[in-house]
Amino acid sequence: MTSDAIISIRNLSKTYENGHQALKSVELDVQRGEILALLGPNGAGKTTLISTICGLVRPSTGTITVDGFDTIKQFRKTREIIGLVPQELTLSVFDKVRDTVAFSRGLFGKPPAPAYIDKLLDDLSLHDKKDAMLMTLSGGMKRRVLIAKALSHEPSILFLDEPTAGVDVELRKDMWKLVDGLRQSGVTIILTTHYIEEAEEIADRVGVINNGELLLVEEKRTLMQKLGKKRLMVELAESVTTIPASLQKYGLSLEMDGRTLVYTYRAGEGKPTGITRLLSDISESGLHLQDVKTTESSLEDIFVDLVRSPEHQ
Amino acid sequence: MNIQAIRVIFLNEMRRTRNSILQSVASPVISTALYFIVFGAAIGSRIQSIEGVSYGVFIVPGLMMLSLLTQSISNAAFGIFFPKFNGTIYEVMSAPISFVEIVIGYVGASATKSLIIGTIILITASFFVDLRIEHPIWMVTFFVLTCISFSLFGFIIGLWADNFEKLQLIPLLIITPLVFLGGSFYSVDMLPAFWQKVTLFNPVLYLISGFRWSFFEVSDVSVGLSLAMILSFLAACMTLVWFMFKTGYKLRS
Ligand SMILES: Nc1ncnc2c1ncn2[C@@H]1O[C@H](COP(=O)(O)OP(=O)(O)OP(=O)(O)O)[C@@H](O)[C@H]1O
Ligand SMILES: [Mg+2]
Repeated sequence: MTSDAIISIRNLSKTYENGHQALKSVELDVQRGEILALLGPNGAGKTTLISTICGLVRPSTGTITVDGFDTIKQFRKTREIIGLVPQELTLSVFDKVRDTVAFSRGLFGKPPAPAYIDKLLDDLSLHDKKDAMLMTLSGGMKRRVLIAKALSHEPSILFLDEPTAGVDVELRKDMWKLVDGLRQSGVTIILTTHYIEEAEEIADRVGVINNGELLLVEEKRTLMQKLGKKRLMVELAESVTTIPASLQKYGLSLEMDGRTLVYTYRAGEGKPTGITRLLSDISESGLHLQDVKTTESSLEDIFVDLVRSPEHQ
Repeated sequence: MNIQAIRVIFLNEMRRTRNSILQSVASPVISTALYFIVFGAAIGSRIQSIEGVSYGVFIVPGLMMLSLLTQSISNAAFGIFFPKFNGTIYEVMSAPISFVEIVIGYVGASATKSLIIGTIILITASFFVDLRIEHPIWMVTFFVLTCISFSLFGFIIGLWADNFEKLQLIPLLIITPLVFLGGSFYSVDMLPAFWQKVTLFNPVLYLISGFRWSFFEVSDVSVGLSLAMILSFLAACMTLVWFMFKTGYKLRS
């Protein structure tokens, strides 16, 4: 792909010791400075993919380069610039917030910087918890401590594995704001999520994983245009029991006890939609229109479509 | 070399010790005092001196070894087992550090803690008996080598163990018997001839013997053999750790 990929994954497969193949020949380029959302059902391989890039899981085949360095042969170079917020709330509960964040910074080879850590904790609304023991924090606060740990060494790539799982609406909004702020400062962000609206809200590109296969990676907008379906709902003045033969070719369906005809079509790219012809055919068939409205499919519908479609099973 | 990482791992482990200072330091002091009262004063007064060394003094090196071995193993084992158990090991495994730095950090902290405990025991002992150390350099060499190699051994146990039971298994079933039967509280030639031969298969005997020699010039085996023994044990542990990390043993799937 383009030359400015900060992460390049080629032919990556992972088979766990128990024989389960969690990743199947994944090819992916992550662009510098973008926000990439990985969507996929439980067990799709999202965490495995992230863990492989971070060095927690060893690839069975294939190569990964981060900023031009191989993640295995030059692991020091690649890991130095990566921050990871894991999916699980894994923290050593007997530590103090400040200490555990300073510990992370040191692990990644950076000299102590108490002022930076103070600021980081302030930014994450943890200012009054700096000296608290981790076991006294709520789940949402622990999640923020994990983010502070991942950012403690000022990484240029941040992985967020389901950052907003179990997080209230307000914190989720805060998180999105934080992600946006990081993007402004040039950090590349890869996040996994089950919440489609999250991907829709903050991502530049969306990747869909199912069964260890990366089904697609697309600009969010392109994806919605390309795969997005629109539904035209034609409300009739009186209900019908069958669709007139002259309208068969449109593949209509009857809903609302025969009061509504539904026409599904692909939107965008300047293709003819067939709506004009359909509407005139409907009136020619003797039916009377009451009302017309359209709805657009969301990323969620697209996603469900993709992982369900038989060619990908 | 990621010096910062070694520093924070080391300090983090030492902080864990500070937080449990009573258990870490008070318990070896109390148990040493008890051993002295029971073996040194009460029973020891009825036991004749061994090769010119009174019994109370004679048991000091063995007593130190007993604590050093058990403390080194349990500290290091727990130090690496705990993050594995609660999942925080992910951070260490995703950091830009090689196994060398991980080992220096964890094993270094555990060995340091053992050195401190050993020193405390030595000081406690000097309140009860009149101690002399004939070969201080040899004594420190054995002292340091023992702390390091058994911390390394404990680290291996901590890596290998996937539950609390396994964590306790080897120290309890193997190390404690070996130390007690390795001549901590007696000289080997106090045993019947047959058991003297059997005892020679106990590696801990060589340790205690060498350590005791550095105090009183009294030993069961030659001091060179003792040194060779502990060095080979250290080398074996290093090889094993290297192998475990190379294969990602229980750390990377
Ligand atoms: N250590 C492991 N050993 C064996 N199989 C594993 C291991 N880790 C994960 N798997 C399997 O690999 C598959 C992918 O798991 P992964 O955790 O990557 O999924 P995920 O997309 O992150 O799911 P979720 O949305 O539930 O977090 C699953 O079938 C899982 O059971
Ligand atoms: Mg996951």
